[in-house]
Amino acid sequence: MIQLKVNGKQRSFRGRRFKRLIDVLREDFDLTGTKEGCGEGECGACSVFVDGELVNSCLIPVYQADGARVETVEALGDPDALDPLQASFLTEGGAQCGICTPGMLMSAWAFVRDGGRDDLDAIRTALAGNLCRCTGYQHIVSSVVATVRDKTRTSARRRTKKK
Amino acid sequence: MRGDPAGMRVLQPRTIEEALDAFARRPSAVPLAGGTDFMVAWNAGGENGRVILDLSAITSWKRVRVSGRGLRIGALTTHWQLQHEASVKKHLPLLAEACATIGGRQIQTRGTLGGNIANASPAGDTFPPLAVYDAKVRLRSASGRRTLPFIEVFEGVKKTSLGAGELIESIDVDAPRKPTRQLFRKVGTRAASAISKTVAAGLLWTRPDGAIRELRFALGSMAPTVKRLRAVEAFVAGKKPTGEVVEEAAALLEEDVSPIDDFRSTRFYRLEVSRNLLRAFLK
Repeated sequence: MIQLKVNGKQRSFRGRRFKRLIDVLREDFDLTGTKEGCGEGECGACSVFVDGELVNSCLIPVYQADGARVETVEALGDPDALDPLQASFLTEGGAQCGICTPGMLMSAWAFVRDGGRDDLDAIRTALAGNLCRCTGYQHIVSSVVATVRDKTRTSARRRTKKK
Repeated sequence: MRGDPAGMRVLQPRTIEEALDAFARRPSAVPLAGGTDFMVAWNAGGENGRVILDLSAITSWKRVRVSGRGLRIGALTTHWQLQHEASVKKHLPLLAEACATIGGRQIQTRGTLGGNIANASPAGDTFPPLAVYDAKVRLRSASGRRTLPFIEVFEGVKKTSLGAGELIESIDVDAPRKPTRQLFRKVGTRAASAISKTVAAGLLWTRPDGAIRELRFALGSMAPTVKRLRAVEAFVAGKKPTGEVVEEAAALLEEDVSPIDDFRSTRFYRLEVSRNLLRAFLK
């Protein structure tokens, strides 16, 4: 039996050990936010965190995640409590057909979490493993920029208040 | 056809010794590290029914050890680790740079240096840096250890000289003395997640009078395996890089490589770009 902590909840999986992590998440745990684009590790639509590392869940047999923490896009926020990244993707038009969006959000999340700043080259590099077939890159990058700027302003305000 | 989990058998050794024993008994097993190459082929249905030798538990191969000027890079160190590792950035910057160009972050966090080598793609982006750093590859099997010069690991496209039951344990590199100039350059269709049309690494030391003391230059994607440009290196040693010398060196590049026309690029383009990279580096 394989044990995973998915989005903070303990889950177990009793099927084939070589089933891909993406298929276990979608079919067995009903977490369909994670998408499959290419199945070749090129497009990043299936991006999730495994023990905090950004990975392609289509390239991981589930036994390799045994005992690991897994976060999917569902952990970022929900319609009632959007994460600032999700809110920016809405206001900046960062989502078009939507297939790449969960993966884009995961890569952007990793970037913001690691203290990424308002630097276009760094943002593009952070999203380099994600492809958007609508080619909406400009708006996706703007969404991340907006989030990071907002975050910087908020923490600056907090610092000012403390004084 | 797609990958079918039903036919897959997974061996999960807990220690190095268990892994080597298991591999000795099942030499046809596929050693699996990050899976960034194997799983692509498996997803396409090309690797059903295989026995997998999973290496995840061998944590002591996931580190870089430094002693003096020597770096021992565990085979299971990921590209993400290598580009952030202080000792690698300081002593082997071309390797750190190469690791940052492989796939995107999602591939870099899983793909390992040992896996990259074992896969033996002609386009392996870490190979030109390791070739100019004169790396050595330490192999281990149930019957012992042996060390090979990096370039000798490769026998052809996707073919290594690893014996039955042999695993890559580490990549050993002595930090070179500080070069006057160095180069890593990958030429592909896109900055990330692209497979190279040509990929170059160079180290150059000059003398106070401007003459070249030593050149090391390697190219990937230009032959079935990574190549050091031995003819060019020998030719420029001791010479000042005048226009004529650089042109003669560029003409000698073809002595060591044999690029082909394929779906990714052409022989003509690969040669022209590689010569230009060499010219720019020498001037």
